[in-house]
Amino acid sequence: MNNNAKKTAHEPFLHITKRGDISTAGAWSVRLIAIAVSLLVSAVVVVLLTGYNPVQVFKAMFSGNFGSLSKVRTLFQNIAMLLCISLAVTPAFKMKFWNLGAEGQVLVGGLASAACMFYLKDSLPNILLILIMFVASILSGIIWGLIPAVFKAKWNANETLFTLMMNYVAIQLVSFFIMLWVPSGSSVMGLINASTKAGWLPNLFGQKYLINILIVAVLTVVMYFYLKSSKQGYEIAVVGESSNTAKYIGINVKKVIVRTMTISGGLCGLAGFLLVSGTNHTVTKDLAGGMGFTAVMVSWLAKFNPAVMVLTSFLIVFLQRGAGEIATVCRLNESVSDILTGIIIFFIIGSEFFINYKINFKSKHKEEK
Amino acid sequence: MKKFVKVLAIVLAVALVATFAACAKKDGGDNQDKAGIKIGLICLHDENSTYDANFINALKAVQEELKLSDDQVLIKTNIPESDACYTAAEELVESGCQVIFADSFGHETYILQAAKDFPEVQFCHATGTMAHTEKLANFHNAFANIYEGRFLAGVAAGMKLNEMIEAGKISEEKAVIGYVGAFPYAEVKSGYTSFFLGARSVCETATMKVTYTNSWFDIALEREAALNLINNGCVLISQHADSEGAPKACEEKGVPNVAYNISTISMGPNTALISSKINWAPYFKLIYNAAVNGEEIPTDYCGTLKDGMVELTELNTTVAAKGTQEKIDAVKADLESGKVHVFSTDAFAVKGEKLNSYKADVNTDEAFTPDTEVISDGYFHESEYRSAPYFDILIDGITEM
Repeated sequence: MNNNAKKTAHEPFLHITKRGDISTAGAWSVRLIAIAVSLLVSAVVVVLLTGYNPVQVFKAMFSGNFGSLSKVRTLFQNIAMLLCISLAVTPAFKMKFWNLGAEGQVLVGGLASAACMFYLKDSLPNILLILIMFVASILSGIIWGLIPAVFKAKWNANETLFTLMMNYVAIQLVSFFIMLWVPSGSSVMGLINASTKAGWLPNLFGQKYLINILIVAVLTVVMYFYLKSSKQGYEIAVVGESSNTAKYIGINVKKVIVRTMTISGGLCGLAGFLLVSGTNHTVTKDLAGGMGFTAVMVSWLAKFNPAVMVLTSFLIVFLQRGAGEIATVCRLNESVSDILTGIIIFFIIGSEFFINYKINFKSKHKEEK
Repeated sequence: MKKFVKVLAIVLAVALVATFAACAKKDGGDNQDKAGIKIGLICLHDENSTYDANFINALKAVQEELKLSDDQVLIKTNIPESDACYTAAEELVESGCQVIFADSFGHETYILQAAKDFPEVQFCHATGTMAHTEKLANFHNAFANIYEGRFLAGVAAGMKLNEMIEAGKISEEKAVIGYVGAFPYAEVKSGYTSFFLGARSVCETATMKVTYTNSWFDIALEREAALNLINNGCVLISQHADSEGAPKACEEKGVPNVAYNISTISMGPNTALISSKINWAPYFKLIYNAAVNGEEIPTDYCGTLKDGMVELTELNTTVAAKGTQEKIDAVKADLESGKVHVFSTDAFAVKGEKLNSYKADVNTDEAFTPDTEVISDGYFHESEYRSAPYFDILIDGITEM
């Protein structure tokens, strides 16, 4: 970054100053340039690794996402799931409550749904079963989110570690129940109620996942207005900025923490429900598949704005799906997907630096001889 | 800001030039035979797992033998046992695959679903249990009599134990084998029991301790498990888990190791003894040719020593006891002729008693009901009523830790 080779005595070659004046258009053009550069760097990396031509690589990336109706469907489904979990963590993060436990909250939510499917089978009308699963999942997510929230509010326990460790408890809980439910010891549930489809969200207009996608779309709008226009949303913002200010103006900080984590955990539970009832129809240890952590990134990149999160989650899923296709077409290890996503996220996060800071080069007329 | 834009413009321009230069260099390398039949492989992990590497390498070998292009052999790795498996199958169908093979037990229900949705495509699944009862024309299971391979690998292990006893390194009753298993599941239990019976057929005092990692692939856990067994007095280690964790731990401690699915001689030149493996190439060839010729694929195929699906990898002569190869060859001939049965009821006892009857859960149902009598003519008929193993009895001489 800095060029020390040509050091001058009085003024460095470049120096960095903070700027507060960049326009929205300016900021977005910096981000777009960053994405363009990151795509080129990714292309160069892939070309160096494989010798494939980059046009082919980008074509694969595009066709991996939009190549067919089913691919588009999967793309939207994956966006919906990531977005749902991102929306769930957003109120907590906006409040500066570091909820790294989305993974576990989703898992227990999913586990609750699976338990309903396993024990109730087709003893109830499907709509009733689905309703029970819906409530059970949200409640489980709330419980998993509330435990660290109460400890934070009452004893100021470190929520980062607490929520993180709750993930492992959730994983073990899922393992335990699978072992209980599958006496053969294979630790594989497989599709639950495969023959009766009890507890499976139905297809809407013959399309899989459509219910998931619609629910998350509605949720996005609701969350947008909740954070932007509601009193509670305002309280979250104030607590996030400064809990002392919040106390000073009469906000009950503890109540806000507990209330917000109820929402956060509940929505994670909802994601668990959608993943079990509307997607996998089973529960596994990696039901959340790391989305609980990716969601943190989605939320931060969008500066906690649900509308922008649609874009950031699209970007991440697009990259993952595209890189998966590249891996198959170019016979690369699937890890290439992580490498490419890493490169692109690096550039996007890096671009924030250029939005917030200005690089001043040494002006020419001051240059000494 | 202006300077910054300038710098960016230069970066972009250079990158674009590089892009086009690369384009010019390599183009039109994509003229494969589009009319050819395509085969798709769905793997739970990637080449880093010995289990999946075994499938990938076999398919690549078949690709080479049949001179197929990369375009005709599509491999999807790291596909979890969830809806993602169905999606992967769906995408392979869309890419034009006529035969699709999935390698993990948990893929089965999703592959079955895909088979129902795409009746014109053939779906094959390793280690699965449902094809013989589902009776779909385009859904097939496959496995192999790997218990015979494990028995032979066990013979090599028993010979090694004998050598250690003769050399005075251990006493007869200290001939304890350690086994790192993945899950307490029939495929694993059948595997370690046949291995143990092989070892005990040559070393009568051998006993075995089994420990589970509760994961199919976890390098650190498998390593820990192997070290733990060694610390608990095990003098030879084998495993049914898919990473290099255990073989490498054995090499560190100088304890002989018998592996599965790949030769580990390069990882442990001084301790790797031999491995049993399922060679999937004959099966891949079978299903590919069936698709080309429009023939039916067997509903539930079980490979054998004879058809080349059950194999032993190269014997590491620096580790093996003298005469091991000759002994293996003799026992192999006896297994092939039917003179020796791995699970002969004379060879093992359960709680001190000979087993004359056993009902196994052969036909998969939600309640896991034992449904088929599998002991007759003096032996347990493993992999005969369906290809996937169902021997899940804890026999005397083996303790689970």
